Amino acid sequence: MANDPIHQFHIQKLFPIEVGGMDFSFTNSSLFMVLTVAAASAFLILSTSGRGLVPNRVQSLSEMAYEFVAGMLRSSAGTEGMRFFPLVFSLFMFVLVANLFGMFPYFFTVTSHIIVTFALAMLVILTVTIYGLVRHGLKFFHLFAPAGVPPVLLLIVAPIEVVSFLSRPVSLSVRLFANMLAGHITLKVFAGFVVSMGAAGIAGAAGAILPLGMTVALTALEFLVAFLQAYVFTILTCMYLNDALHPSH
Amino acid sequence: MSGSSQNGNEDGRTEGTSEADLSERRSRLNRMLEGQRAAEDAERKSRNGKPSGYAQAMKLSSEFIAGIVVGCGMGWVCDHWLGTSPFGLIVFLLIGFAAGVLNVLRAAGEVAHPETRMGRGDANKDGSE
Repeated sequence: MANDPIHQFHIQKLFPIEVGGMDFSFTNSSLFMVLTVAAASAFLILSTSGRGLVPNRVQSLSEMAYEFVAGMLRSSAGTEGMRFFPLVFSLFMFVLVANLFGMFPYFFTVTSHIIVTFALAMLVILTVTIYGLVRHGLKFFHLFAPAGVPPVLLLIVAPIEVVSFLSRPVSLSVRLFANMLAGHITLKVFAGFVVSMGAAGIAGAAGAILPLGMTVALTALEFLVAFLQAYVFTILTCMYLNDALHPSH
Repeated sequence: MSGSSQNGNEDGRTEGTSEADLSERRSRLNRMLEGQRAAEDAERKSRNGKPSGYAQAMKLSSEFIAGIVVGCGMGWVCDHWLGTSPFGLIVFLLIGFAAGVLNVLRAAGEVAHPETRMGRGDANKDGSE
């Protein structure tokens, strides 16, 4: 089924591995995660290997990525937040490269699977919670009890704040996953129109120009979304880290 | 050397006014640069302030759905473990709904984020002490 818009998200086992009844197979998803990490690392290592005082084009590209993430983290979590820079920068590069990899034809989009984005979001939220608890102890729970709320209302407000806190990883992961999934399905559906209309004679082929133009426009939009979602994921990570650093007085 | 003085002659017409001419030109350039920088800042601010409708719809809907999904999940787990079916689901679904609305209002900037609210409370406390 070449025309099936969901087909591109199928997981195929490349090397079946089974340990103790659990499935540890190396799938196409794993392959593209490895490729993503390899590409991001290779880009950063190779582009900064020259260490020019006056950077060349490639080096200034990776310096721009560094400055971009560093500025984002510093402005939302303060200078203190810079200790999380390795985590935030790795997340940004991973999501960005994975999203951009998805734009190659026949490539697998890692971030279009909710389990991947949810794992990334859980990594963020567990870092925030554990670091906040270690650093502030029980004061971290002031996050759930806003100052100036009457004790009676706390019975209602605190559970709502807790659920709101717990819904963060869900909304973080759902946003990234839904954007990538919806974008790729739309792209595939419009591209499928071109093929099926082109097969319907002269009039169909002439009409196929419309979905073709739409496909071109959507491709450009998808590149924008790929970058934007990496940015949104990172900026929200920074905001949550800010919570861990300054939960209360 | 001779080339630069020739340039000065050409641009400044006469040698006597070239100094004043240069400083005047510098200040004009500074003014232009400042105007451009202000325009760029304003453009960046307007772009940040108003995300595209699609992005905002995605953001707000995911916030709302996340609240309800988490509330539902907590209620279901509570029922499953404590055998309080169906009251856990009912209560936590309502709480989840409230949390979803809170998330949406926060994402839309109508309600302060907990950290900024904390910061304000902190400042008040510091001021009173």
